Amino acid sequence: MSASLARGIAAFKEAIDAPIASFFSSCVHCGLCAEACLFYTETGDPKYTPIHKLEPLRRVWEQEYTVSGKLRRLLGLSRAVSDEELAEWGPLVYDSCTLCGRCAMVCPVGNDLTYMIRKMREGMSAAGHAPEGLVTATVRAIQTGSPAGVKWVTLQAQIKHMQAEFGVEVPVNREGADYLVLMSSWEILNYPEYLGAVGRIFKQAGATWTLADDAYEATNSGIQIGASDLARELVGRIVAAAERLKVKCVVSPECGHAYTAIRWEGPNLMGRPFGFEVKHILEVLDELHRDGRLKLKGTLDVPLSYHDPCQLSRRGGVVEEPRKLLHELAPNFKEMSDAGTMNWCCGGGGGVSANERAHELQLIAFKRKKAQIEELGVKTVVTACANCRVVMEEALEHYHMDVEMLGLTELVAAHLAEEAQS
Amino acid sequence: MSQLELLTWARGTGLAWALALCAAGIVLRLAEMLSLGRSVDLAPARLHRPGSGWRTVFTRSLPPPGMFRREPVGYVAGYLFHLGLLLTLFFSAAHIELFRALWGVSWPALPPALIDAVALVAIFSLLVLLAQRLSHPVKRLLSGFADYLAWAATMLPLLTGYLATHHLLLAYPLMLPLHILSAELLLVLLPFTKLFHGVSVFFSRWYNGNAFARKGVAS
Repeated sequence: MSASLARGIAAFKEAIDAPIASFFSSCVHCGLCAEACLFYTETGDPKYTPIHKLEPLRRVWEQEYTVSGKLRRLLGLSRAVSDEELAEWGPLVYDSCTLCGRCAMVCPVGNDLTYMIRKMREGMSAAGHAPEGLVTATVRAIQTGSPAGVKWVTLQAQIKHMQAEFGVEVPVNREGADYLVLMSSWEILNYPEYLGAVGRIFKQAGATWTLADDAYEATNSGIQIGASDLARELVGRIVAAAERLKVKCVVSPECGHAYTAIRWEGPNLMGRPFGFEVKHILEVLDELHRDGRLKLKGTLDVPLSYHDPCQLSRRGGVVEEPRKLLHELAPNFKEMSDAGTMNWCCGGGGGVSANERAHELQLIAFKRKKAQIEELGVKTVVTACANCRVVMEEALEHYHMDVEMLGLTELVAAHLAEEAQS
Repeated sequence: MSQLELLTWARGTGLAWALALCAAGIVLRLAEMLSLGRSVDLAPARLHRPGSGWRTVFTRSLPPPGMFRREPVGYVAGYLFHLGLLLTLFFSAAHIELFRALWGVSWPALPPALIDAVALVAIFSLLVLLAQRLSHPVKRLLSGFADYLAWAATMLPLLTGYLATHHLLLAYPLMLPLHILSAELLLVLLPFTKLFHGVSVFFSRWYNGNAFARKGVAS
């Protein structure tokens, strides 16, 4: 695909719909969105104001879809969006926005700025202004099946390892299973225990599950970079495997944007509803627990807190599930300030962690999470997104903080009642 | 043109044109907006839906948790200004008389002293908001000519209304038509500036609330 300004502007025009027109029409330039954005609160730099990040898209909307904008352009009162401007906006749209959606919760006129940034990225990538790290990850995902280049053989090695360590069977390509389990590259590379945990949990619950050797990767750089055609290709692989294997439910791993990609964007990218359900692993755990199929014993008694992955809680509605499990497993569970749907991002979501150019800024943005953790004084933070976990582990290391990160699925698996049977 | 002729034009032809342009402008802007359409969300919505589009239309009028502390001046001045403007507009005896003459509907007015007070509060709040717009780095970055134009177009009717009521600065027969003309300017600018948020805010909040609600989040 050859990127060009013309393609970028065309993608902007394509992206603009009635909600976006309404949002731009409603903005009163109050600047409150800045106060909700950790890139502004942690730097104090006004250029990180969310609505400012959308200025080129706004101009295209005004010039293309409003009579007064067309008139102004005819009279030479407004300029067309240039390639230089888009280049300048690249870091604002990609490096300083994690698509966390906090601004969309506070805008007094109700603008869903995150929806707009997601759409704006379609034009930015078509114009060739997506950051290199994300482009590379997306190309790798299309070519190898994983943004980190993790191949099936790598996962096979992990499967063998997990089978040996936990004695659980890891079914592959099993037709008619209840659950098709997906992984994120981070889990395959950094937290393979996730696979063992899922295996042990499903064994106890007596649920059938499977991996698919042609659709194991859940992450989707296509939605982060803003390339719906590529996002569709990646989601399509999962849909094809789920339909081939006739599974009842596809399980998104502990990864926020993977959940958004499959659960919320998936059917829209494919242009049709799915014949199977899509759930995040936490929703599955909560259901099994509620149905009495998942029995827990013992507790983790250290003071701990839960970091809400943005795509899971605010943008995904999975808010209560982790809390129900934590209240049972951790008697000293304490909520962070602004927990739940008003949580603060780890600073590395929405493709920021895959974008080397943004690394320094990401660490600055983490100061917000740092303050939240320090305020509570906990030494253990549980989360349910491998990307949040990697980002936070690195940042905690950077700031010399003695805080341990845990995945909730693993925590659950470590507290399974022994009367396990399948 | 004499003062009387000016007043007659402002109350007659001027007002008719301003109302017509405002109405036509709103229709045009809504048509521009809604004709863009939106695609049907094919992802199944959650059954458990604590939020909704309508809920957000109302709840977004309140500051979300933690936000008031970050921007107390903006919130307080914003509320007071809107409140003062709406009370003055809809509950001053002179305005109700105008609505009765125009559309045949009327309702009880608030006491003049109270209208005076809320009008002054609105004027003062607008001044605070302007000072903030000029001094706050974020607001200054976002602001352009249209923002100051919208500010002036909102301030003028409030100010001239107050001055006319109290026979200040200019003689009443001149200040009154100026007040009416300034309100007409506001009406004409409303559809084509950010003042249009008075209409579009209901759509924006609904879209926002609905999108979040489908995912099981009350926004």
